[in-house]
Amino acid sequence: MAVLRTTTSRILASTRPSTLSPFLRRTYATVEPISNLGEAMSATQRPVSPKHTSTIHEPAQSPEARTKTFHIYRWSPDTPTEKPKMQSYTLDLNKTGPMVLDALIRIKNEVDPTLTFRRSCREGICGSCAMNIDGVNTLACLCRIPANTSHEARIYPLPHTYVVKDLVPDLTQFYKQYKSIKPYLQRDTKTEDGLENRQSPEDRKKLDGLYECILCACCSTSCPSYWWNSEEYLGPAVLLQSYRWLADSRDEHKAERKEMLDNSMSLYRCHTILNCSRTCPKGLNPGKAIAEIKKTMAFT
Amino acid sequence: MLAQRISQHSARRLLAKQPTLSRFTPSVAIAGSRLRPQVRHAAFQPSATEPHAQTQPAKPSDAYAILAAQRLNRPISPHLTVYQPQITWYASALNRVTGCVLSGGLYIFGAAYLVSPLLGWHLESAAMAEWFGSFGAVTKGVMKFGISWPFTFHCWNGLRHLLWDTGRELGNRQVQVTGWIAVALSVVSSTVLAFVGMGDGKSKGKGVGEESWKGEFKNWKG
Repeated sequence: MAVLRTTTSRILASTRPSTLSPFLRRTYATVEPISNLGEAMSATQRPVSPKHTSTIHEPAQSPEARTKTFHIYRWSPDTPTEKPKMQSYTLDLNKTGPMVLDALIRIKNEVDPTLTFRRSCREGICGSCAMNIDGVNTLACLCRIPANTSHEARIYPLPHTYVVKDLVPDLTQFYKQYKSIKPYLQRDTKTEDGLENRQSPEDRKKLDGLYECILCACCSTSCPSYWWNSEEYLGPAVLLQSYRWLADSRDEHKAERKEMLDNSMSLYRCHTILNCSRTCPKGLNPGKAIAEIKKTMAFT
Repeated sequence: MLAQRISQHSARRLLAKQPTLSRFTPSVAIAGSRLRPQVRHAAFQPSATEPHAQTQPAKPSDAYAILAAQRLNRPISPHLTVYQPQITWYASALNRVTGCVLSGGLYIFGAAYLVSPLLGWHLESAAMAEWFGSFGAVTKGVMKFGISWPFTFHCWNGLRHLLWDTGRELGNRQVQVTGWIAVALSVVSSTVLAFVGMGDGKSKGKGVGEESWKGEFKNWKG
């Protein structure tokens, strides 16, 4: 626990507000001037195509095998000068579980232990195994392996993120942005009886479709606007959570929350592209939530 | 056994609350080295001679510098080139491209028109009409389509955006359906704008059009 706390505080230490006067300070909800770490420093690299890399085959092939090829993005920080590459693996689907995560785990267990990815719950509730599978961001544990063996699956890390290793993206900025919207109940007054902050069933209903978000970052990293402006634009996942607190009848800091978003970047870099809602593995609608925030900002 | 476990447990909880305490508590008293608070060391880039990452103590304030150093090496994962083509972001990109083409074209033509007397270019309406009239019917239609399709697509898709701004039609299915409707409507309406009436111009003779143009031009001049 202490370990957790120190690393968290270390990551978050640099997010403390600057000593500039409030007049000079930008109102961006994003706090860190990370812009000097932009793409200029480390450019996107197209991975070496699978045509030029080796294929690692299923250990023991049986005659009735349904063999499917997986091309997986690989990059290791141990050899930072080496270009990222697409490594090919073949698996017998008869011996593999139904989901893409099962395939990845099987590769790691039986074929190549150096393959690195995040996973935890295997049932779509932790959001660890978010990745780009066949061009769409989703959770590997909720994504079925297409039974068609002639189709070769391609697996990349979440798009336009710094790669820590293989399929593991660096989500520091994403978590910092989440922290910047103050994702907790803010109240100045106590309830009449000094007990819980009560809410009518109708008001509670407004939070449905918002609180279920698991912060897997699939939607944010599917958004072209977020690709180009991730330093300042908050992105769909964080805005969905921002709206979750704006829509909460118990929260008393709505004016402050709206003021945080009232600039050209934090909210209004959303150009209603709607890749976010299309890709959400939990079936939520961040695009709708952002539209609702824009309406709230304009009319109240 | 139980007593030992309880004392271990409370020592552990105390540690979690106040990690600094351990410096003053003999480690034997809190049952072994496993319970010493772990100090997380920042990993530095391994070299070829030392393949395993060395560790060094790091302060919380170093976090940003460490992250910056790590990002120097980290590649950015592929994005535009690997993301599946979908009506959502393709329509959005097209909306922006068509908007830029139309407004940019207008600005460029306007600026060229302004400086044309100085540079001796002939961009007057009459000269343009004559130049355009010199093409064949199909070429004319294609050229008109090249302008009318960006225009109609931008208009229809703009209506979609206005609808979305009211918070409606934002479900996945509606977004796809309205997207393809916008594409279909833009193709149909731009075809109408580009090709319908082409035959009329031919049958009635383009001379009529030309004369009326020239007449107007003279009137305007005089």
